[in-house]
Amino acid sequence: MAAPAKTTVDDASSEGTADQRREFDRLIEADMRVEPRDWMPEAYRKTLIRQISQHAHSEIIGMQPEGNWITRAPSLKRKAILMAKVQDEAGHGLYLYSAAQTLGIDRETMFEQLITGAAKYSSIFNYTTPTWADMGSIGWLVDGAAICNQVPLCRASYGPYGRAMTRICKEESFHQRQGFEILLELMRGTDAQKAMAQESVNRWYAPALMMFGPPDEDSPNSQRSMAWKIKRFSNDDLRQRFVDMLVPQAEVLGITLPDPDLKWNEERGHYDFGPLNWDEFYEVLSGRGQANAVRVARRKQAHENGAWVREASRVYADREAAERETTQRMAS
Amino acid sequence: MNHSNHVVSTAITAESIADSSVVAPEAVAQYALGLGDDALVLAHRLGEWIANAPELEEDVALGNIGLDLLGHARSLLTYAGTAWGQSEDDLAYFRGEPEFRSRQLFEQPGGDFAATIARQLIASVYFAELYRALSLSTDPTLAAIAAKAVKEVDYHVDHSVQWLRRLGLGTDLSHERMQRGLDLMWPFVGELFQPDPFATDLDGIAVDPERLRLAFDSLVPRLIVDAGLTVPTMAAAQGGGRIGRHSEALGPMLAEMQVLARAHPGATW
Amino acid sequence: MTSPGDSGGRETWPLWEVFIRSSRGLSHVHAGSLHAPDETMAVRNARDLYTRRAEGVSIWVVRASDITSSDPDAKGEFFESPQGKEYRHATYYSESEAVPHL
Repeated sequence: MAAPAKTTVDDASSEGTADQRREFDRLIEADMRVEPRDWMPEAYRKTLIRQISQHAHSEIIGMQPEGNWITRAPSLKRKAILMAKVQDEAGHGLYLYSAAQTLGIDRETMFEQLITGAAKYSSIFNYTTPTWADMGSIGWLVDGAAICNQVPLCRASYGPYGRAMTRICKEESFHQRQGFEILLELMRGTDAQKAMAQESVNRWYAPALMMFGPPDEDSPNSQRSMAWKIKRFSNDDLRQRFVDMLVPQAEVLGITLPDPDLKWNEERGHYDFGPLNWDEFYEVLSGRGQANAVRVARRKQAHENGAWVREASRVYADREAAERETTQRMAS
Repeated sequence: MNHSNHVVSTAITAESIADSSVVAPEAVAQYALGLGDDALVLAHRLGEWIANAPELEEDVALGNIGLDLLGHARSLLTYAGTAWGQSEDDLAYFRGEPEFRSRQLFEQPGGDFAATIARQLIASVYFAELYRALSLSTDPTLAAIAAKAVKEVDYHVDHSVQWLRRLGLGTDLSHERMQRGLDLMWPFVGELFQPDPFATDLDGIAVDPERLRLAFDSLVPRLIVDAGLTVPTMAAAQGGGRIGRHSEALGPMLAEMQVLARAHPGATW
Repeated sequence: MTSPGDSGGRETWPLWEVFIRSSRGLSHVHAGSLHAPDETMAVRNARDLYTRRAEGVSIWVVRASDITSSDPDAKGEFFESPQGKEYRHATYYSESEAVPHL
């Protein structure tokens, strides 16, 4: 990829010496990685904290719509897969919180930002999961979109973020496949199962496409993130890539993607698709989705319910450490 | 991304049993069914914790334990089902409460984290002793399932012992809750060691639960005392899980677990 | 200077860095970090978090605040010296290139 135009050097909030700024720009331009102790412009740090913590919150909040079906999964195999998947999401949240933590923000602070609404998470998780087929749609469409987004992030310019994403992408390779297979099994099943699958895809398709974020012309932050090589492709490019992948997969499933304008454009070499309802996107983003309040309240509750456990184990650890020290002192 | 790395595993699983030509003898199947139900019910209960644990690290830890138990359940139920041409799912989803043979400890609601740790402590020590003995079974499939399980449940014992100590010796509040958790679960200890009606005629194949009591009694009370807690003295509940008598907790649990499968009889997922 | 994620005791559980030996014969390599109340739980949390897919045969955990690292601002004086000392590398010795077993 050609190096994008320099937009970073004269950032108003960056302090640092001329040498430090030059070194940072050199790393970015040479496609090398920025590491935690390196000097970096304050805006770069803030952008990363915002993006990585938002990503972490999405993993953690994203456990809920799927966790909704662990106790009702219709076969023991599906139950095991779903438990493993939701558990992976906790793990992925942890990897990302750790990556953000190297930028000088701790998990407790990020958590407060989540429950006070100061930090966002992916709007997609504010949709509810009324049917089992939603486990398929989330895996196929939501995780599919997430993977499109995430694979380029493995090369993000900030080292810890790229490393966390590499681990996550490796582990998530099964997430999309298991969702696809849930739908495949439903489409091979009874009429009721087929209808369940189609109805669910009808609900998730457009929201999944909107996961890539607003169109490029309405996404001012993207430009800078691309200049910094945090982001490698624009929202619209990723969305197009995703649609191009989905169409043949939908054919394998025998499922209809709910977009009458969807058709192959020979000239562009891509599928054309209809306009998305961005009003809905912004509605959900601003808190008026199906489950915004519930998701955050539930996370808050789990955290608060666990406070006494975290506290008890810390007190225990402190006491053990103090006793060990006393024993050592007496022995010497 | 690399989709091509095939995971080659030699561990015994529900799939490997289903793919083999092994058929459980009737009496062995009846015995395995009870053991499978124990593991299934507890695995389901642990699944309820995911996204609710005291810290994200603990979500992952409880998830691992739940997945281990679900693995044991699936192997045991699959093996039992070979005797009757039934799948693990036929057995898990299409038997009613009176046909479930799980001992009552496993169906007890998790309550707070301390109650869950108490249930895990009792269950894990019991499972560890059971599977250690069962790994010597003359039935090769049961022995293989147990040999894999025993290593996993040894880790579960460690997990619950670590938390027992931290909660028992942590703060006044955690001490109180850990004691309450033990008190809640203790009435269901006795049943674990009552004779298993499906184990009686299976010398060398099944494990007589009474044989496991000594090991449990020489370990668990000491762990409780070492954690600054009191060994509960309340009387054992009546039991009867193996013959389909359950506490009030199992019915709602099964209703939830089975609802979707039963709405679509004959469907595959 | 401690490890980058250390929050200096502001959190209930401190941060730990995790190192995993992926198989015998290899070194422990940094895998990531996690929170745990003490070292006993840290090594268990590391097992649960970082070896779910058989990634490891051995685990080290180190409290993030116990790590001492080189000063990032002293990159020059720390890492300049090896530059220009190509004679430390076999590739420097081109005269002997074609000689067998050298």
